[in-house]
Amino acid sequence: MSDMTVTPVTTTRPEVRAAGERAAAPADVVLDVDALSVYYGSFRAVREVELDIHRGEITAFIGPSGCGKSTVLRCFNRMNDLIPGARVEGTIRYHGIDLYGPQADAVEVRRRVGMVFQKPNPFPKSVFENVAFGPRVNGTRQRAELDEIVERSLRRAALWDEVKDRLKASASGLSGGQQQRLCIARAIAVDPEILLMDEPCSALDPIATTRIEDLMQEIKAEYTIIIVTHNMQQAARVSDRTAFFTTEVNAEGDRRTGVLVEYDRTERIYSNPRDARTENYITGRFG
Amino acid sequence: MSAASRVVAASLASSVPARRRVRDALFGAALVASILVALVTLGALLVDTFLQGRPRLNGQLLQNMPSARPARAGLQSAILGSLWVVGLAGGLSLPLGVGSAVYLEEFAPRDRWYIRLIELNIQNLAGVPSVVFGILGLAFVARGPLGWGFTVGSAALVLTILVLPTVIVASREAIRAVPPSLRDGALALGATRWQTIWRQVLPAAVPGIATGSILSVSRALGESAPLLLLGALTFVTFNPDGLDSGYTVLPLLIFKYASDAKAEFHVVAAAAIIVLLAILLTMNTTAILVRNHFQKRRA
Repeated sequence: MSDMTVTPVTTTRPEVRAAGERAAAPADVVLDVDALSVYYGSFRAVREVELDIHRGEITAFIGPSGCGKSTVLRCFNRMNDLIPGARVEGTIRYHGIDLYGPQADAVEVRRRVGMVFQKPNPFPKSVFENVAFGPRVNGTRQRAELDEIVERSLRRAALWDEVKDRLKASASGLSGGQQQRLCIARAIAVDPEILLMDEPCSALDPIATTRIEDLMQEIKAEYTIIIVTHNMQQAARVSDRTAFFTTEVNAEGDRRTGVLVEYDRTERIYSNPRDARTENYITGRFG
Repeated sequence: MSAASRVVAASLASSVPARRRVRDALFGAALVASILVALVTLGALLVDTFLQGRPRLNGQLLQNMPSARPARAGLQSAILGSLWVVGLAGGLSLPLGVGSAVYLEEFAPRDRWYIRLIELNIQNLAGVPSVVFGILGLAFVARGPLGWGFTVGSAALVLTILVLPTVIVASREAIRAVPPSLRDGALALGATRWQTIWRQVLPAAVPGIATGSILSVSRALGESAPLLLLGALTFVTFNPDGLDSGYTVLPLLIFKYASDAKAEFHVVAAAAIIVLLAILLTMNTTAILVRNHFQKRRA
């Protein structure tokens, strides 16, 4: 594959097409997941997931605990690399480039695919320094530029009015909902193309949750969002497409391995699911 | 039992039996007594030393060099010798110690046997008697391959090796205490491993690292046994002027004066002890202030 060159670092989203790649891949599929299996040591946590993530949409991963939703999510920004013994089989293509192939540098992947964690984890620094950290480590040095990026990100995260007078104060003085919005601002400050959210509202009260859901709707045109959630109502409210995962104990002797059961537009999943397991989960017959 | 039949307590006074209360009080008193023993002993030592050394506590002490005449004996060469040697040892052990700790905590594969062996040995080294380091220094640094002789350089190197295990252990604890969520947050923004360590992990670990450094530098200041073997117990009347200069240190000069036949020297020794404690106190207070400053910035 000598005609595939490594793309240089830019913060704008590149339209990378590798010569000779399947020309049929539509431009609005940003992530193409193909037979993805994840192993922790010899234990297969997730088995052969196939799905496409579409640009500008919110995709929700739902399912019971332990079915591999977060595991799959963390594959998209190579965070599973940090877990010793974690191994990925299959391919995940980001604009045609294999995320786990030799052309993809994990650090570069994480700049394009951002993440917001379940428990807000602001750095023990000021609000300004939190949001500026991403741009700083990506090479932005000019103070004026950083000021502008910080304000823009905080405004987009609907936090600017609440913190504009206390940018130098410590981030740990903010409430839980504010901290999570700060983490969202921090993530979008590096201008990622995709934003991964791992149960972002599970540690928050209902009002803060609503604010973040509204925020997601506002920013989804610019950032393709994938959200893992235990809250089915949230998935129904917020997402365009939903993927339902569950666990199975299968004949190959795997202990409870996660599998993708069904993946479709949200309205279809909730009104007319094809698989009985999906229907059971949605209607609450099992949790 | 129904609400009507449940007995309602008439008062909220303690229902703990008297015998138990007495036992609790005695336990508390015993704890206070134990700390009082330590404090009273320390206090008595300090007061005794102060009373004995007070006649000689004046500027002459700091300006004069050691002398055969007690009336003229001072501490200058020893104070500066201590500051040189301890300063160099601290300055060298800090980067080496923190660097080792960062390697062991962030980069070393945990499951390899040689890493476990290194970790075990570092912890053991922290407990080795300091005179052993002196013998090591005599054999390899002062004489032997390096052949630096009885100089400030040799003393600084040996003291560095002596305090390095403490700095490594304290720094490791501090780095380990940084929550993984902090690292995850930084890495998820596209920071490299090194950027994460340098900009998030180490700043968060500064209070613990500072504590470890304080402890090790204080220990180095009071060390006498290893330096005995490195030629510090000499009658030195000049200040150190380089790594290859002869030297003496305050604890050993105290020893010299305290074991001298003339009783007037004992007074000088007591005054020297007070000076040593004052230096220690100043160093520790500065380091604690530095640590608190970093802790406040995070909180």
